[in-house]
Amino acid sequence: MRARGLFIWIWLLLGLGATVFAAERRFPPPEFETDYVMPVAATPEPRSAAMQYVDLAVLAGGLGLATWLALRRRSRKGLIGLSIFSLVYFGFYRAGCICAIGAPQNVALGLFDNGYAIPFTALAFFILPLAVALFAGRTFCAAVCPHGALQDLILIRPVKVPAWLEAGLGLFPYFFLGAGLLFAATGATFLFCRYDPFVPLFRMNGSFLMVGLGLGLLVLGMFVGRPYCRFVCPYGALLRMAAAVSRWRIRITPNYCTQCRLCEESCPYGAIREPVNLPSTPQALAPDRRRMGRLLVLLPALILATAWLGSRLATPFSKLHPKVALAEAYHAPDRPAAPPPVATPDSLALARADRDPDGLLAEAVAIRKRFRIGGWLFGGWIGLVLGVRLMALSLRPARNDFEPDRSACLACGRCYTYCPNERVRLGLLAPEALPLPPATLAQPPKA
Amino acid sequence: MPSLNQPSSPVSRRDFLRSGARIAGMTGAGALLGLMAQRAGAVTHVWQIDPAKCVRCGRCATDCVLEQSAVKCVHTHAICGYCELCTGYFEPEPNALNTGAENQLCPTAAIIRKFIEDPYYEYVIDEQLCIGCGKCVEGCNRFGNGSLYLQVRHDRCVNCNECSIARVCAGDAFRRVPVDHPYLLKTSH
Ligand code: SF4
Ligand code: SF4
Ligand code: SF4
Ligand code: SF4
Repeated sequence: MRARGLFIWIWLLLGLGATVFAAERRFPPPEFETDYVMPVAATPEPRSAAMQYVDLAVLAGGLGLATWLALRRRSRKGLIGLSIFSLVYFGFYRAGCICAIGAPQNVALGLFDNGYAIPFTALAFFILPLAVALFAGRTFCAAVCPHGALQDLILIRPVKVPAWLEAGLGLFPYFFLGAGLLFAATGATFLFCRYDPFVPLFRMNGSFLMVGLGLGLLVLGMFVGRPYCRFVCPYGALLRMAAAVSRWRIRITPNYCTQCRLCEESCPYGAIREPVNLPSTPQALAPDRRRMGRLLVLLPALILATAWLGSRLATPFSKLHPKVALAEAYHAPDRPAAPPPVATPDSLALARADRDPDGLLAEAVAIRKRFRIGGWLFGGWIGLVLGVRLMALSLRPARNDFEPDRSACLACGRCYTYCPNERVRLGLLAPEALPLPPATLAQPPKA
Repeated sequence: MPSLNQPSSPVSRRDFLRSGARIAGMTGAGALLGLMAQRAGAVTHVWQIDPAKCVRCGRCATDCVLEQSAVKCVHTHAICGYCELCTGYFEPEPNALNTGAENQLCPTAAIIRKFIEDPYYEYVIDEQLCIGCGKCVEGCNRFGNGSLYLQVRHDRCVNCNECSIARVCAGDAFRRVPVDHPYLLKTSH
């Protein structure tokens, strides 16, 4: 067979050529005699750059509207409507990217990697919700974040999470935030994106594991209010800190609290705190003060200890960076001398490493050095979070009313209608039916 | 300085601390914004494969977050030799140079072979079928003109913040490119 003979001949010749080094374009282009027209490869365009302005406008508009609905209009219905819209737009239509949860990583990478110019959308998605939280609390969580909206809408039968468990699990977002920033700043990986349980659901596509995790969290979320927001979300940790010092806040009552306790159990997210009466003499606070003082002295030691532990983690952590992993595999003592007969991705990567082993090693060493510094910072952050949480235990916040905790409140608006004063405001209850405010605690309506 | 018996109202002291922290937070955010704004790109990025770095490891077919990978084979016909014996199309030792599936390199028979004129054949990729495995790309690059290569197709790609193939790409071939130049095409001879 002629074709076959020719084939083997070419094969041999080219095979030899190819081992020297792949020189492409071995055959001259044909000169056609017929009027054949060459097809041109289609280049379907990505979503146009102009559309990111639409995203930004929707984000800004959504934040404004959510803030107005939660703080001024006090409308749970409005928030539900906006949640559905956000879920459809940022969730299903935008397929979850770019989102505020992932944006801190872009910021970290942009800060530490000169080769990465952060897109301004990512920057805006990072800053805007935080800026709003500094003034108005977590209205982003209420109805703009698609992750929050999804969990909020499926909550059907909330169970109460015990306070100690809530406090313990509530530390995880801070740790996750620290780890995610460390891995993003070192250019290793974007953890928040990788372990995002809902984006695969928004895309209705993804690995079995992640889709399963997302569905599992949804089922859990039918009974435990917003498990991701409360116990995982790293951006939520940032928002918590911002909301803790917010200028305005969610108040359950539109004017004054009669301490009727009707709202006490209304929050599915465990955000409502009871009134605390301060002891009448400052002397009663002395034990608390002393404990606080001791903790303050201990705090630097704690931070230093965890920072040291963090620096110990630098080496294992750095293996998550593909370059470090490759350099390690290349310099591993048991690296096979010859590539396997059938190339595998790993053997191909090793072959790439073989072209410039010194360069790769230098890069890996530099990356590991960054991890070392990052490990100290990460560890210190863990110590700081633990220390502050301990100190918070000995703080006695003065509270006259039933009030949502600034950081924990997601501004969902569920508690409003539990308050009889709100019902009066809405015309659902006659003012005469109101319980009288306790004389000692009566608060003048805030202007 | 308030005397011991008359502590300043805790509420107002707390409010004061809060405003302080808020102002600090705003300053921090502003500083960050200022710093980043200088470096921020006006355009977003999309992911693309540098064909010169791709080593055809096969992970494009398996590691995309989409079930059907967003990476497909692209053919620049201007580089193609229109060979009868396309090393991107045929198995190394084909029984015959025809379109029989057993002769084809492509696991999904995604390459359409068409006779143009003696001795030239045209090869076109059917993107519905292509899974981005890079087998044909390897054949074409090793023994042919290298006119077949892999590209992220932006009608399919959802532009993940971090491309899940990029993380495992054996050739370190993925990079972010500006959205207004979303392809890294091989051009001509
Ligand atoms: S608005 Fe009310 S119900 Fe909703 S999270 Fe805040 S305190 Fe809880
Ligand atoms: S993962 Fe990288 S090296 Fe492997 S086929 Fe895709 S682009 Fe090529
Ligand atoms: S960015 Fe996402 S969708 Fe696009 S090729 Fe990479 S993994 Fe696939
Ligand atoms: S061999 Fe692989 S990359 Fe080439 S056309 Fe077939 S499926 Fe696509």
